[in-house]
Amino acid sequence: MTTVSLDENTDLRVIGKSLPKVDSVGKLIGLTAYADDIELPNTLYCKLLRSHHPHARILSIDSSAALAIEGVVAVITGEDLPIKYGIMPTSQDEHALEYEKVRFVGDPVAAVAAVDEETALAACRAILVEYEPLEAIESIEHGLLPPSDEPIHDYAGPGNIHRMGALEFGEVDEGFANSSFIREDVFFYEGNTHLPMEQHSATATFVGDQLTLWSSTQNPHYVHRALARVFEMPMGHIRVIAAPHGGGFGGKSDPFSHEMAVCKLAMITGRPVKCTLTREEVFYVHRGRHPVLMWVRTGVAKDGKILAMHFKTALDGGAYGSYGPASMLYTGALQTTTYNIPAYRFEGVRVFTNKAPCGPKRGHGTPQPRFALELHLDKIAEAIGLNPVELRRRNYVKPYTRTINHLRITSCGIEEVTDRVVEASGFLDRKKRLGHGMGFAVSAYMCGAGLPIYWNRLPHSECIIQVNRGGVTLYCGATDIGQGSDTVLATVAAEQLGLWPTDVRIVSGDTGLAPVDLGSYSSRVTFMAGNAALQAAKEMREIIVKAVAEKMECSPSEVMVGDGKIGELSFEEAVVLAEERFGMLSTRGSYSPPANIGGKFKAAGVGPSPAYSYSAAVVDLDADPYSGEIRLNKVWIAHDIGRSINALAVKGQVEGGVYMGLSEAMMEGQLYRHGLHKQPSMLDYKAFTFMEMPEVETFLVETIDLEGPYGAKEAGQGPLLPVIPAVVSAVHDALGVWVDEVPITSDKIMRAMDAKVKGREGRYGPKIFPNISYPTIVKVPPFDASSSAF
Amino acid sequence: MLRLPRFSYLRPGSVAEAAQVLSEYGSRARVVAGGTDLLPKMKRGQMEPEVVIGLGHINELRGIRATEDGGFEIGACVTLSEVVASPELRAAYPGYVHAAALVSTPALRNSGTIGGNLCVDTRCNYYDESYEWRKALGFCMKKDGNICRVAPASATCRAIASSDTAPAAISMGATVVLVGPNGQREVPVESLYQDDGQFYMTKAPDEILTSLRMPSPGHWKSSYVKVRNRGSIDFPLVGVAAAIQMKGSLVEACRIVITAVGPQPLDVSQAAGALVGKEIDDTLLEEVATEAAKPARPLDNADLSYVWRKRMTRRAIEQAIREAAEVG
Amino acid sequence: MGNIGSREILRLSVNGRQHELLVKPYATLLEVLREDLRLTGTKHGCEAGECGACVVLVDGTPQLSCLVLPGQIEGSEVTTIEGVSNGSELHPVQQAFMDHGALQCGYCTPGMVLSSKALLDSNPSPTRDEINEALSGNLCRCTGYVSIIEAVEDAGRAMA
Repeated sequence: MTTVSLDENTDLRVIGKSLPKVDSVGKLIGLTAYADDIELPNTLYCKLLRSHHPHARILSIDSSAALAIEGVVAVITGEDLPIKYGIMPTSQDEHALEYEKVRFVGDPVAAVAAVDEETALAACRAILVEYEPLEAIESIEHGLLPPSDEPIHDYAGPGNIHRMGALEFGEVDEGFANSSFIREDVFFYEGNTHLPMEQHSATATFVGDQLTLWSSTQNPHYVHRALARVFEMPMGHIRVIAAPHGGGFGGKSDPFSHEMAVCKLAMITGRPVKCTLTREEVFYVHRGRHPVLMWVRTGVAKDGKILAMHFKTALDGGAYGSYGPASMLYTGALQTTTYNIPAYRFEGVRVFTNKAPCGPKRGHGTPQPRFALELHLDKIAEAIGLNPVELRRRNYVKPYTRTINHLRITSCGIEEVTDRVVEASGFLDRKKRLGHGMGFAVSAYMCGAGLPIYWNRLPHSECIIQVNRGGVTLYCGATDIGQGSDTVLATVAAEQLGLWPTDVRIVSGDTGLAPVDLGSYSSRVTFMAGNAALQAAKEMREIIVKAVAEKMECSPSEVMVGDGKIGELSFEEAVVLAEERFGMLSTRGSYSPPANIGGKFKAAGVGPSPAYSYSAAVVDLDADPYSGEIRLNKVWIAHDIGRSINALAVKGQVEGGVYMGLSEAMMEGQLYRHGLHKQPSMLDYKAFTFMEMPEVETFLVETIDLEGPYGAKEAGQGPLLPVIPAVVSAVHDALGVWVDEVPITSDKIMRAMDAKVKGREGRYGPKIFPNISYPTIVKVPPFDASSSAF
Repeated sequence: MLRLPRFSYLRPGSVAEAAQVLSEYGSRARVVAGGTDLLPKMKRGQMEPEVVIGLGHINELRGIRATEDGGFEIGACVTLSEVVASPELRAAYPGYVHAAALVSTPALRNSGTIGGNLCVDTRCNYYDESYEWRKALGFCMKKDGNICRVAPASATCRAIASSDTAPAAISMGATVVLVGPNGQREVPVESLYQDDGQFYMTKAPDEILTSLRMPSPGHWKSSYVKVRNRGSIDFPLVGVAAAIQMKGSLVEACRIVITAVGPQPLDVSQAAGALVGKEIDDTLLEEVATEAAKPARPLDNADLSYVWRKRMTRRAIEQAIREAAEVG
Repeated sequence: MGNIGSREILRLSVNGRQHELLVKPYATLLEVLREDLRLTGTKHGCEAGECGACVVLVDGTPQLSCLVLPGQIEGSEVTTIEGVSNGSELHPVQQAFMDHGALQCGYCTPGMVLSSKALLDSNPSPTRDEINEALSGNLCRCTGYVSIIEAVEDAGRAMA
């Protein structure tokens, strides 16, 4: 790993160092208690009965035989939990247990609490459910047609259309008219799932009138709100604790049926109730990457400058809303954050289908269009005779500018990350030979969504630091899902207080103990919770320094802080002094994104972020022209991190993003057959092992964002994005065929090669984009520049 | 957590005792060696024995023994890892040992046995699913149902032969010892299997496979090529074992056995006749491989498309012959 | 033979301590470790031998505890993640994982550490290919494996 910093003089002591994460030891010795490791006295075990039909009306549910089984304590069905919920205010379309109809194989209809899992499972099988099957919708194209019996949901529409959007910025028709070259392409991105190593698990207790839920969730705050809604209880009587987390990647971001069920069963039985999903159930809970069909048309001038772009998407949403309205808009929102597109039109639609619900996975809604956009640009570059790096450079956005869709770009290392990977890989000097190829791509990602999921004017992140004789404790609702958010918060506070990160206790992910943070999604924690922690830590430092300065009879600016000392005193002595002087020492910080980072038009809520990270990748591979088998040789990745809070943790996030990008580019797919998930196991759902993973060379570029904590930006999602198109582009470089579909499996490459050999177009992928009745396009007026510095 | 259904676990101390217990319980019992095939299938409700008879406690099923004819007898409960670690076996049967080394993962090979791998259940992605999944789709003839889901017109189950070691053992002319209520018999490995994914073994249900007898390798050089999606964990999408005898640069004899392209491993050595007395060259190899791959009938019940798997059969045959010829 | 599924006495040595337990004959080693002995450091990811999260050492060799019947390994010594460190001093493999950031969510870590330890106990200076092969049954979704390989190489040097 190499770090290139644009910050020349820094005297930071712990920020940016490669230090072990603060929660490492417990995980290494097997002591960390993940959700399923929590075992309360007198616990009952819950299993869910799930639908065997992709789409059916429920005629009756008879639980009497289940209740008669010895060891069964309670059985609930949907009528016990009639209030609908959903992560987004506009998609409150889920019952904890469905009782009117089921919408996919795996949709929960009943829950049992029993003395052990074996008994609970037997009870589930004894519940009799009478169904009336309905036509099952299995594809985007099918979902666009009027349903033959009834739509999957009775809201939204027409038919099975969940959401649509159509926006235009700038003069698109004029841009195309002025273009010297125009190209259209169609792409398909198969959906895939998060496959966290840990299956979801939740335990609830109901004591007095206090409901407590321990869960493997990324977003305890949103679960907290959903529980309050479903149980009609004040939030003050509910506590949600995010247990140490065995991997999320977006898959544990919604409120879930099993969480609702254990709460209800705990209320009924008065005993702790636990539900741990099986691996197969995790595939049904899903909320993963949407399958997206995409059409893109771009016009460029002679010099390769983009003059106009029209992007159309159609998303397979699965059976429920989840984050879908946002996912749909994200397929059109961030194209402009890497390239200066003066005229841009976007049309998108999300349809309901009878499959496990899709939602956010690492990169939420943007890996699919990024894949399409980067390959589309490669094809344009090839057609107009420019190298793909040069074409992109001519269109790169500049720092501190506005995009045509009103997004505020601040620090931007897109040129630097390009330089790093292109130089290190020798991409431009590569030798052409059949079977060997290199691919290049760039991307950008948000450092936290500019708006919360539900409308409010409250801070996005809140933090308390408390210091006393007993040490330093930092309280924040942020959730460490393995990405290292606790380490980030501890490091930010330690830097200010002259301590080491392990000197700072972190209380996080607990709605009962810590102030609100919206959760671990949209790469928001470092930027937002980090800023809240920084504010609290700075104030704490000022208070302690003031006490010491008074004692030393000097000005506060003369008090040196660091290495466990405040001025001449040890940190502990200084704290006692300050506590004597000011009483109980507690400071707070909060963070809200600036108001002017996006537009004011309808749908402008998706895309704005206080900053964007930038990534570039080069992939080097061998591809067999006969079999289509790929062997990855090496990946060069450069990431504009703003500044590393912990370089080791950033490296881990970058390498993990590269891994996940490669794995989903080459083999991961959430496939269905006859209305059923085709491979709900870790054997059949393919994900990279050690054997497939190539060498990765990582470059971190520190652009020092003016608003990020110490200049930091995100690392959790951005580095995945360029990897996927770079793989597909490298296959094209190796074999001269285009596979316009992900995952790019050997058999698809083989079919593209066959077509080429037979003299047809050497391509595999969707041929047509369906004719969709998008709504009337909303022409958005240009950004009002008087409202912002840029 | 996915759990095992209820059963009783018996620990016979000898093969005779195991055979007796097995015949007593009949179809209500299953023997288990490493458990790496049986236990996941029991968790998914694909197999529901009331009694599981552990063979791991029987000393006579362990050990690798040199035989008088210059071959080896390998006990059924020898683990795949022990085979991989044996320099004698590696020198004599590089194809077989390589096949064992490519089974699943290192941890699985530490439990999984050579007998278990020869008997490994046929696989199909309509069948290797949980009870609830199969109930949702509709059961198939291999378990609880009456039709073949991948080939509804087929009178027999088309689940896929998935043992990596079986084709390698067949290519060396190996035999197995089966012990049943009426004593023991020795049969060629090849005749252990039949063209039916449901009743894929000719072994009687109350017979126990006790050892694999590998004849002297003589001048046979061997190889095994496994095609799969990932370099670990996965079962074969195509498996090819080749054995070859060379005289100088000329082929004297060649055997080819392919697997994972139908319900049983197929000996397609006949197609290799064209190689005999000739030098191996690309054109000849392509002809032989094309001919040898003809009986391969991959269907849409495994990973990746069957068209690709069919084509990879040819490729793997070419590669296996080449590698066998190159073995030191 | 007793009733189908009735409990049996199991003698099992775990992390150097001999246990005598009354267990269900149909409980896997994974369930006995986690639920009877409350050694929850051993994780479950797939429940079917496909991910490596539940790896423990049986007489020093990695095995998938979700596919082992305890009755099959009676008399063997089982090492779980709780038995790897020397008191509060981390084992060199654990220390190297920590120093190299070779864990993120940490859920695959117990199995990964045990598989790595078994490799290094028999081969202190493995090549990258040997590391890849030895750990190829342990899936990780966070790290991309890169830092794990670095950690194993480093631990090997520390153990040599």
